[in-house]
Amino acid sequence: MQGRWRRVVRTPLGLTATVLVVAVVALAVLAPVLWGSGADDVDTDAILAQPSAEHWAGTDNLGRDILLRVLVASRLSILLALLAIVIAVVAGLLLGSAPFVLGRRFGRLVAAGVNTAVAFPGLLLALFFAVVFGVGATGAVLAIGLAGAPGFARLTQTLVAGVAARDYVAAARTMGIGRFRILVRHVLPNIGEPLVVNATIGAGNALLSFAGLSFLGLGVQSPSYDWGRLLYDGIGTIYVNAAAALAPGAAVLLAGLAFNLFGESVAKGLGVPVGIGMRAVMATRAGSPSGPEPTGHDEEAEDRPSDVVLDVRDLEVTVAGPSGPVRPVRGVSFDVRRGEAVGIVGESGSGKSLTALAVTRLLADHARVDAARLEFLGNDLLAPDTPVRRRMLGTTLAMVFQDPMTAFNPTRRIGAQLAEVATHHQGMGRREALARAVDRLASVRIPDADARVRQYPHEFSGGMRQRAMIGMGLMGTPALIVADEPTTALDVTVQQQVLDLLAAIRAADDVALVLISHDVTVVGEVCDRTLVMYAGRIVEDLPAAALATGARHPYTRALVDAVPDMTTDLAKPLATIPGRPVDPADVPSGCAYADRCPLADDRCRAEDPPLAAEPGGSPRHRVACWHAGEPLPARPALDELVESP
Amino acid sequence: MAMTLTAPARPWAHPWVRFGVRRLRRLLVSLWILVTASFAMIHLIPGDPVRGALGTTAPADLVEARRHALGLDDPILVQYFHYLKGLVTGDLGSSLASQLPVSGVVAQRLPATLSLAVLAFLASVALAIPLGVVTGVLTRRGHGRRTELAFTTTSIIIATIPDFLIGVALVYVFGIELGWLPVAGDDTAASYVLPVFSLAIGPAAILARIVRVEMVGVLEADFVRTARAKRLPARTIYVGHALPNAVTAALTVGGLLLSALVAGTVLVENVFAWPGLGSTIVRSILTKDYPVVQAIVLVYGVGVLITNLVVDVALALLDPRSKIRED
Amino acid sequence: MSELRFDDVTVRYGRTTAVDGVSLTVPEGAVVGLVGESGSGKSTLARAAVGLAPLTGGRITLGGAPVPTRGRPRPLQIVFQDPYSSLDPRMTVGESVAEAMPPGGSRADRRAEVARLLALVHLDPVCAGVVPARLSGGQRQRVALARALAARPRVIIADEITSALDVSVQGAVLNVVRELQRELGLAMLFISHNLAVVRYVASHVAVMRHGRVVEQGPTTRVLTEPGHDYTRELLAAVPGRTTQRSRP
Repeated sequence: MQGRWRRVVRTPLGLTATVLVVAVVALAVLAPVLWGSGADDVDTDAILAQPSAEHWAGTDNLGRDILLRVLVASRLSILLALLAIVIAVVAGLLLGSAPFVLGRRFGRLVAAGVNTAVAFPGLLLALFFAVVFGVGATGAVLAIGLAGAPGFARLTQTLVAGVAARDYVAAARTMGIGRFRILVRHVLPNIGEPLVVNATIGAGNALLSFAGLSFLGLGVQSPSYDWGRLLYDGIGTIYVNAAAALAPGAAVLLAGLAFNLFGESVAKGLGVPVGIGMRAVMATRAGSPSGPEPTGHDEEAEDRPSDVVLDVRDLEVTVAGPSGPVRPVRGVSFDVRRGEAVGIVGESGSGKSLTALAVTRLLADHARVDAARLEFLGNDLLAPDTPVRRRMLGTTLAMVFQDPMTAFNPTRRIGAQLAEVATHHQGMGRREALARAVDRLASVRIPDADARVRQYPHEFSGGMRQRAMIGMGLMGTPALIVADEPTTALDVTVQQQVLDLLAAIRAADDVALVLISHDVTVVGEVCDRTLVMYAGRIVEDLPAAALATGARHPYTRALVDAVPDMTTDLAKPLATIPGRPVDPADVPSGCAYADRCPLADDRCRAEDPPLAAEPGGSPRHRVACWHAGEPLPARPALDELVESP
Repeated sequence: MAMTLTAPARPWAHPWVRFGVRRLRRLLVSLWILVTASFAMIHLIPGDPVRGALGTTAPADLVEARRHALGLDDPILVQYFHYLKGLVTGDLGSSLASQLPVSGVVAQRLPATLSLAVLAFLASVALAIPLGVVTGVLTRRGHGRRTELAFTTTSIIIATIPDFLIGVALVYVFGIELGWLPVAGDDTAASYVLPVFSLAIGPAAILARIVRVEMVGVLEADFVRTARAKRLPARTIYVGHALPNAVTAALTVGGLLLSALVAGTVLVENVFAWPGLGSTIVRSILTKDYPVVQAIVLVYGVGVLITNLVVDVALALLDPRSKIRED
Repeated sequence: MSELRFDDVTVRYGRTTAVDGVSLTVPEGAVVGLVGESGSGKSTLARAAVGLAPLTGGRITLGGAPVPTRGRPRPLQIVFQDPYSSLDPRMTVGESVAEAMPPGGSRADRRAEVARLLALVHLDPVCAGVVPARLSGGQRQRVALARALAARPRVIIADEITSALDVSVQGAVLNVVRELQRELGLAMLFISHNLAVVRYVASHVAVMRHGRVVEQGPTTRVLTEPGHDYTRELLAAVPGRTTQRSRP
């Protein structure tokens, strides 16, 4: 907590705001002490005087120095504003947490009441309460406080609902802890920060509202005076002495700004820290060498077979991290031939999704992509983007993403979203494009295609949406489909349908497939070849059929062993891999898997093994390991697997 | 208009009908609360409202007669029903000070306030949305950090300055020092310039900021990635895909801002001596002319409710999912 | 007698019926698997058992008596799917676990009990002073298990507790589940969509679809000789059936 607050003050905005707030509070405390009597000095000889050396802002209708009065008025103004905000926050907190404590029926009543009250603007409510409580400081405090309550109630409600949906609140309820105790112990501490920030901004707004009410004559009444009252008096004489209105106006403004800016910079500061910025990432070339020099592949460059659809050499992806550039993909090389299905397997942090996005040039804005070679159907994808290239990619490269629920634009019909591809890239007119969309939807086995084409995405089920995604990719004539975890979010029966569909498409048109997944068994079943990724590198490139028994990298073998299937030996404990996947921001030197590997030795920790075919082994099977194929030691007994944080 | 293809067998189950019914129900409940609150307002005031309006020196029998004439001696529920009946027939009572019918006062002053609020809203939106969209594209993830800082700071500062202060400053600069524009009354078209500006600039800053944030968020959405994967030209992605989704979210806040604009007229009217409801209500509160206050509060409240209704309908039109969302 | 029984349980939300007349038994000391796809109602059934979802019809009993859904003690505990949502981010692991313990006992006793529970799930007792953000997903799930155990339950419901975990850490959680059943005689209703995982931990399995149980019985029987078409469909859809694996 300390560190974050310190970071807030360090930004120029935060520093300015903090200084302003401190100054305002100091003024409120000290001014009446220093200048209180001076501000009340009546001088009938200098009524309504212009600004002068003696009275910097002139004098009012009783000859009193306006500047001094403005300074002294700070205490009342700040005090009233704070009082009002306290009322607003407390009332808002009570009303906003009530639904959580009261249960469904009464809670909904309170929530409905709050929602109705929120619709009315604060000033209106303040006027309403001002009528009820009467003009004057007390009435105004109550008015502004209660007028601000619905806003805070609504905020609290939303925050409480967000926390109440978390599983730890549900867990507390199943433990038998009462709702009120859950509110106090779990909910309120977790909504504290946004509430405090909003309260700070609210204090600023309360100050301004007070000024407004007093300006209308409804707030503080003579002989007390706050900034609003001084404004009210000053406006009356604005033609005679403008400073009489501008001075209190400026004071209100500065104080309100102080609170608002402070609240805003705290809000920003307590959020996720922004990285060093893309400009810094783009400017610096990747410093240290990315690893072992690529050898042996240059000979292949000359006699590269012509049916290579995708050719990737030494792909690297660099993103901005909280403390410097991070490289989640550190040198990936592979190719995909016509009609071939290549699977990329890895866990979180392996870089598999970024690899897919990088090779399809969908990362341009967010990260820097470097590669020795990146070619699709012979076209250099590293060259700058052109309309010709866009058309080529739009019609020959299809993408399928993980979450079908969010992959489509919710405000446009499915048919229109499919037809867009044809109208932009294939020169079709609207009717022709729509007809093709219907045809494509039918080809991915969506029933009732000509009716479905006019529906919105939310009317499709998850599996259907994924098939529609595939259909969208088929609007052109794709040579390659890149599917990033296409079935992870789907039920297993639906998953089977989607995978069958992909297989049928491949068979019909010799379409290549790159399938990214964390599920080794899916990849093993669907793909011809598998690339296993760990910590941004490919650690093994092997035929899918060899996954079960022929893997040679310890990670691949551990991964395969760790997945239970229908033939797993029930008598033994499941294999696990000790430790955690590598954090891309913190990649160790040498082999990244060494910390978790039972075969690791000093050479592994110092030198990163290259991805290469083993001498005497099949050229189609590459491993990046100094101990490839060596027998693994017996698994440790369960008792030894006590983990620390 | 989005029609589901399989039209439900029972017409009253159609999404638009259900939406309409729900919205109407909410409107009626809110209306009833508003009406009851404005009625209760008078009766919550400590002391005798008639005495307060006529002053402490008024003779007792005059106060009694006025009380009786206003029906203030009847039991509360009877007064309530009289009040409701009066609303339905358009009788809003009479001003305690001038004896004139309140409905007349309201009818006379409403157009000035309405024209001011509507113009300010249009100006606000016309300024805020393009600015927010363009800045959103410029400050999408990883880009334009300095632009973002400048934009956010400027909009916070502008939004913090209360509209009446802006009004006062403008009165001083343009009215007194430069004398270019009128600063009181609504006689000419030019008289609209300063009040509309004072009213619109703050909400415009807030709205632009929200549109920018929404735009940046939408540009990160999965469906924008899909549009990029389809290799659509940038303009199609920003305007055809991102913008509609950013606007729907901004619309909800825009509705709140419109309500706030309606309230802002109260302050601005007082600065510019604008002959609208805002200056009237303040005067009436100070002179304790409660029937007038009550009626104007009602008018403002109804205005807010109607604005919210319009916003909800616009949202339902723009986002096909919103009308099936139950509250 | 700690048998958990669902007798013709129905759960209705407005017009939709999430659970429709489900009857199921978790015998004492046994792990019973509950498989189904999304919309099958398996999670709703679990939530109804612990009082998080309304019971529209039927009974849920533990040892013959209705399962208490208010106050303490609560002999039926649940562990949820999302490791990032199941622990209060502002409380240390020790505090979260201790919260579930029955009230009473000195500070030292409670601290010792927390250490014992963490050891049961193979976590270093030093974890007790750490906030959840420092732990991995698999470790967090084990803390959630320890917390559920702290309430001295007779039966634990595990709702997709490994579905959100990386494959390499999933095994640790499943091994702990098996060990708890073996050593403590802990009964469990293990909910999952993954047939292979259920096969590994559960002795009996029930298959749910659209709110109904379509088949139940001993795991080996159901998975090798399914009686219902849907079970067959589920089995056929399990990936990797064509790539058999034999250990060297």
